[in-house]
Amino acid sequence: MSANGQAPSLARRGILIDALLTNRVALFSGALLLAIALSAVFAGLITGGDPFLIRPRLRLRPPGSEFWFGTDALGRDVFALVLHGGRISLLVGLFAALAGAAIGTVIGLLTGYLRWLDPVVMRVMDGIMAIPGILFAVALVSLVGPSLFTIVAAITFAEIPRVTRLVRAVVLSVREESYVRAAEGLGIPARLVLLRHILPSCIAPLIVQTTYMFAAAILSEAVLGFLGVGFPPDIPSWGNVLAEGRAVFQRAPWTIIAPGLFLAVTVMAVNLLGDGLRDRLDPRLSRAAKVSS
Amino acid sequence: MAVPVMLVVATIVFLLLRLSPGDPALIIAGETAGPEALARIRAEMGLDRPLVMQYLAWLGEIVRGNLGTSVLSKIPVLTLIFDRLEPTLVLALSAILITVVVAVPLGAIAAWRHNSWIDRAVMMLSVVGFSVPAFVIGYILILLLSVKADIFPVQGYVSPFADPLAALRHLALPSITLALVFMALISRVTRSSLLEVLGEDFVRTARAKGNVERRVLWRHALPNAAVPIITVIGLGIALLISGVVVTESVFNLPGVGRLTIDAILARDYPVVQGLMLFFALIYVGVNLLIDIAYVIVDPRIRY
Repeated sequence: MSANGQAPSLARRGILIDALLTNRVALFSGALLLAIALSAVFAGLITGGDPFLIRPRLRLRPPGSEFWFGTDALGRDVFALVLHGGRISLLVGLFAALAGAAIGTVIGLLTGYLRWLDPVVMRVMDGIMAIPGILFAVALVSLVGPSLFTIVAAITFAEIPRVTRLVRAVVLSVREESYVRAAEGLGIPARLVLLRHILPSCIAPLIVQTTYMFAAAILSEAVLGFLGVGFPPDIPSWGNVLAEGRAVFQRAPWTIIAPGLFLAVTVMAVNLLGDGLRDRLDPRLSRAAKVSS
Repeated sequence: MAVPVMLVVATIVFLLLRLSPGDPALIIAGETAGPEALARIRAEMGLDRPLVMQYLAWLGEIVRGNLGTSVLSKIPVLTLIFDRLEPTLVLALSAILITVVVAVPLGAIAAWRHNSWIDRAVMMLSVVGFSVPAFVIGYILILLLSVKADIFPVQGYVSPFADPLAALRHLALPSITLALVFMALISRVTRSSLLEVLGEDFVRTARAKGNVERRVLWRHALPNAAVPIITVIGLGIALLISGVVVTESVFNLPGVGRLTIDAILARDYPVVQGLMLFFALIYVGVNLLIDIAYVIVDPRIRY
């Protein structure tokens, strides 16, 4: 379950590109993800006009040539809402994945290298893992109030232990290697040993884990929105588009199914991309390391 | 092992609710309360004491099994939890049952027929299970099988002790919804764990002795692949608890998950704290049981 020190280093230039090209599923997922990201960035150009435009006479129209994903209870174009919502949802996923990776890496490096820290830090990590991530996030966001920062922080918190465990496992297996011993013997400060000699071994599994966290964070944002503690209605995200569909679901199922499937395709593309990267970068990194929220 | 972990959980839960903005006394008393009423409530709840003293007092109470009383209903938190436990337990247990009955054989067959179409199909289903949010699956099931086909009731809960047949119909869609993510996880782990075992010498020996493939797979290979599978079932309890909260909201089941969301939205602090501790205790307890189960599954493991 733990990654080991034999993970191929990223020193060979272009190994990521190489990994993508040798795996058609991963390549396709990457392209799909790029298309979704672009559709979110250029949402205004693609859909034209204001996604919040309320048209009471056009409410709850089924999907058709005029409105691809139908309209919601206020007569807003669900397709436009979904594309605009992608901006926030992808951003939340990206920020949470990067923050989780960064914080988890720092803690993992320290706890793996400084042995006296280990028992305390790992018990704290076990404690965080014992709290259901979604409940913690719902509680935090509802208490502090929804904002980009609180939602990202709430999602990140639950992801930290997995990264910490991953990095710590790599550090533990690499620290006894002769090149690390040699570096220490030469009197290189611990900080530099960690950064220059140990961190590079963590990069490959970290990239894979960050991809999975990105997928999990997008899902978490949607669940927060669905449970009613996501972004306020004036900021469209996949979570609150889905939340608003709940009330009219029986009459207008497309208000949930269209954004839900769009979200699912995105998350699936990210997961398949992660699987492809894992197969190429580190075949030993088991999916079991990703028991997430 | 379990005690320090629960202590960490208690500390996080305490800090989460006390360090967040918003005055608990104000929430309890309502916006219109005068300063004297607020001061009285603060004194009653011990909110006027230093944070460390509050923490220690609170910890002392929960160690003695007192999780406090709900601010809204004035009912003890423990009573509230036990009153709502049945739907959640029934839902979670049936989801685990479905998972073990379906996902373990699926993963085993995928490993046995490695790289075949059935392997790819199982892996693809597993990715789908990880990617489609549970509530979207729940709503699609409701739409297809309840609204359009009218096979299952849309929402609601019937106790299996009151009317087993109706309970089964009410439970079918929620437990399938909840099981899907779990199945994605377990089938993957079963497959990868079994793939490793199938390459071992004793499997070759078992085949050479003339065992039929079915017996090699179920009797020789699977028990030796069991430890990682059981480990992940334990870790997956966290996944299951999050899933319970969402599923109960979709299908309108009056379980502990709904209680949690209602308490959070109403800012009923003692109930939220109690529930988080309760869920963490379940997670820690299940994983403790699993540590014990290792000894039964794999006699080489001793503590």
